[in-house]
Amino acid sequence: MIVAPAEFMLILPEIFVLSMTCVILVLDLFISDRERAISYWLAQFTLVFAAIITMTTGSGQGELAFFGTYIADAMGSTLKVFIYLVTFLAFLYSRHYLVERKLFRGEYYVLGLFAMLGMMILVSAHSLLTVYLGLELLSLSLYAMVAFNRDSYPCSEAAMKYFVLGALASGMLLYGMSILYGLTGTLDIGLIADTLKGQEATAPLVFAATFIVVGLSFKLGAVPFHMWVPDVYQGAPTPVTLFIGSASKIAAFAMVMRLLVESLGALQSEWQGMLVALAVLSLAIGNVVAIAQTNLKRMLAYSTISHVGFLLLGILSGTGQGYAAAMFYIITYALMAAGAFGMIILLSRAGFEADEIDDFKGLNQRNSWFAFMMLILMFSMAGVPPTVGFYAKLSVLQAVVDIDMIWLAAVAVFFSVIGAYYYIRIIKVMYFDKAEDEQPLAPHFDLRFGLTANGLAILLLGLFPGGLMALCSQVIG
Amino acid sequence: MGEFPLLSLVIWMPIVGGLLVLATSQWPSLNPRPLALAVAVITFLASLFLYTGFDVSTAEMQFQEKASWVPAFNIYYQLGIDGISMPLIILTTFTSVLVILAGWEVIKERPAQYMASFLIMEGLMNGVFAALDAMLFYVFWEGMLIPMFLIIGIWGGPRRVYATIKFFLYTFLGSVFMLVALIYMYTQSGSFSILDFHVLKLGLTEQVLIFLAFLLAFAVKVPMWPVHTWLPDAHVEAPTGGSVILAAIMLKIGGYGFLRFSLPITPDASNELDWLIIFMSLTAVVYIGFVALVQQDMKKLIAYSSIAHMGFATLGFFLIFTIMDNHGGSSQGSVMAMEGGMVQMVSHGFISAAMFLCVGVLYDRMHSREIADYGGVANTMPVFAAFMMLFAMANAGLPGTSGFVGEFMVILASFKASFWIAFLAATTLILGAAYTLWMVKRVMFGEVANDSVAALQDVNGREIVILGSLVFMVLLFGLWPAPLVEVMQASIQNLVAHISVSKL
Repeated sequence: MIVAPAEFMLILPEIFVLSMTCVILVLDLFISDRERAISYWLAQFTLVFAAIITMTTGSGQGELAFFGTYIADAMGSTLKVFIYLVTFLAFLYSRHYLVERKLFRGEYYVLGLFAMLGMMILVSAHSLLTVYLGLELLSLSLYAMVAFNRDSYPCSEAAMKYFVLGALASGMLLYGMSILYGLTGTLDIGLIADTLKGQEATAPLVFAATFIVVGLSFKLGAVPFHMWVPDVYQGAPTPVTLFIGSASKIAAFAMVMRLLVESLGALQSEWQGMLVALAVLSLAIGNVVAIAQTNLKRMLAYSTISHVGFLLLGILSGTGQGYAAAMFYIITYALMAAGAFGMIILLSRAGFEADEIDDFKGLNQRNSWFAFMMLILMFSMAGVPPTVGFYAKLSVLQAVVDIDMIWLAAVAVFFSVIGAYYYIRIIKVMYFDKAEDEQPLAPHFDLRFGLTANGLAILLLGLFPGGLMALCSQVIG
Repeated sequence: MGEFPLLSLVIWMPIVGGLLVLATSQWPSLNPRPLALAVAVITFLASLFLYTGFDVSTAEMQFQEKASWVPAFNIYYQLGIDGISMPLIILTTFTSVLVILAGWEVIKERPAQYMASFLIMEGLMNGVFAALDAMLFYVFWEGMLIPMFLIIGIWGGPRRVYATIKFFLYTFLGSVFMLVALIYMYTQSGSFSILDFHVLKLGLTEQVLIFLAFLLAFAVKVPMWPVHTWLPDAHVEAPTGGSVILAAIMLKIGGYGFLRFSLPITPDASNELDWLIIFMSLTAVVYIGFVALVQQDMKKLIAYSSIAHMGFATLGFFLIFTIMDNHGGSSQGSVMAMEGGMVQMVSHGFISAAMFLCVGVLYDRMHSREIADYGGVANTMPVFAAFMMLFAMANAGLPGTSGFVGEFMVILASFKASFWIAFLAATTLILGAAYTLWMVKRVMFGEVANDSVAALQDVNGREIVILGSLVFMVLLFGLWPAPLVEVMQASIQNLVAHISVSKL
């Protein structure tokens, strides 16, 4: 068995990110605190350059490499580019946050890039083992990132919870995988699919699928496996929450695609029912409980749960169009979440986290432009046109109606009305309440620029959603 | 005018203009008002070309524009108007000018945002009336909520937050089910074009479900009893301009929805369930009329009167099936019923705007909407009293004003349907006169009630222009409704003919 040199070309983005991360890791040892920005710029450079590599070398054919454990396909490259983009935003938004809190260390970028590398592997996995490898690299880096502010009690608590529940989820997933391996005799996702094709759904197969679904639900944060989400979102430093809430969701979507759709596609009628239950529960619990929150990060955590419900609607439809809709949904959601957490960072300063809803009071008086950006983001999350969130919901609902599950679409829109309440409550405090904190906002240029671009992108994608939609349906095929 | 994208201009000019006005808030020394007024006036003038260039002889969509928008879902940027939507667009552009003028001096807090919200709103409302693609319609329809939400919430009265959230959630709940219905029809027809939906064959069960989804959306918007409860709250708390736009235009969008969606897309379900709408409309006319009678708050009273008047419009729209059954399929009376409903909508647009502006004039001076705080205003504000008296008469349906024409046509047509429907509908002539004139009597006449009334200043030039232009419209369509009826004749005849053919 010999690996052809051309196969290394396929994983060039991964190789590049890995090498650069190691360079940053080592370099960071030798620079003083004043020059720490070098690590930051190198990390951002890595992201930009990785995007260029991925876009130029990416192939649309779905080429396998390394004995079928890795796949380079159009869906993978597209998702990767968006992962770079969201990670770029996360680093951009977090820089001054970290500086102000004396957390500006090279490890943040090293861990972030390692986590991202894990996502890249996950996105391109074509074997159960590669999936697991990517997942663990991602998760372990994230655990460390959550605990990044090690002197903070809530951070450590969140990290501990995340670690214990994450490990449990990994265990579930691994258990499901091992049964699947026992039944099919292979770890290769393509071969598993071939073996299962036309086979009856026997009890052991469904058993394996159940464990895999449970493991995935943990990672996605779908009800009833969502317990870690609010605590981790609230406890982690805001930039880390941003990263978990946006980039890692894209990776989780890829994991669902690889595990459920590509390998267990033959069992679609089996897992469809499970996903229906998960989706309805997530929509209900996520939206209803979010209303009661006073902490914005926690509210956004419950909002994530409800968005995962929508995402599952697209996947459970089992049609190419539904998968494309889910992909569109997750990409746009990641952009919205990045913007929303970015706004929290924008309002915060050293010693003041601005993560309570009341901290947004009177933002329109203090800075009408960023109040407007937040308005766009919130309406987009609520799914009100002309923002992109509306098209995300539209395409997912269309996929559900298409398979004649109109009742499910009706349930989803009903809960989205409930959900609208807590999003417009944010707008209410920004626009209708008087500011308690009169201090004018003086955000740094890069934060201002990034958030403006982020907000306007949500609006522009809402006015012209055609391109991204076409891209999603094209790469899903 | 065939090539020039006039409809796009009427939609996008106020939106772009609104964004420009919004941008002026970055320089506090700039006065945003003249710019806002210029945009509104130019839009109004541009919309007049829709009237002059309109071909009244055809029911075809005119001024059509079509461009691909979201190919993945077959969504087009498709615009066009017929005799039903054209008057409503001009009503919108006309009212927007008045609203900008009405907020000229009163709005001191963040005027640029205020003016911009109204301009953006104007563009979105024009879009609702002009859209021929269901998704484009929905985008405008929902997008409209955002500026209105802010207008009530920022510049409204003491309970504005409660009112605006109620307004938003009510209308949002109504419209999301319409979205599901639209998506369903898309999966059936492969297109989002409203005109394709019109000819789409649907079974009765499907039609009934779609009809109910539409009903929820439009009934909330109109609003019809029993989903009307958001309206009094929203009206009372909204600033004057917000109330005017709500009453004059946004309510009409619900009625327009029935004509553009419910009736032509689900004619058989409409036929099956017309009793429901007739019942709801009559309840609005009679019961809400009584509710209006006991209001202490002027704006609330006018809000309830709006619900009652809109009941007339929906009554006119849904009488047609009974009339056709009674007269062996003849469309004579049904066309009149529907035209009556349309005239009622347009006329109510002018009259309710005028009534709210009148209350606004008083509120700006006294900062109270309670009827009990006034009395003898006619002594200190004679010119204003004359205006208000005229509008009150029009609201009560006095012959010679536009309020009479629509009500008369609907009542006349309802005699062809059933005596009892006509009887109940006609109670509005008594109730409407009672609640409106009683209010005017208490506010305007008698002794000067207190010192603040004694200190009132009569209307200034700006207010005379606003109210005077409305007097002109109310009398014009009262004395000579022919141009309005002529414009919509062909479209309504075509609509009635379309509805009378079963889709089953």
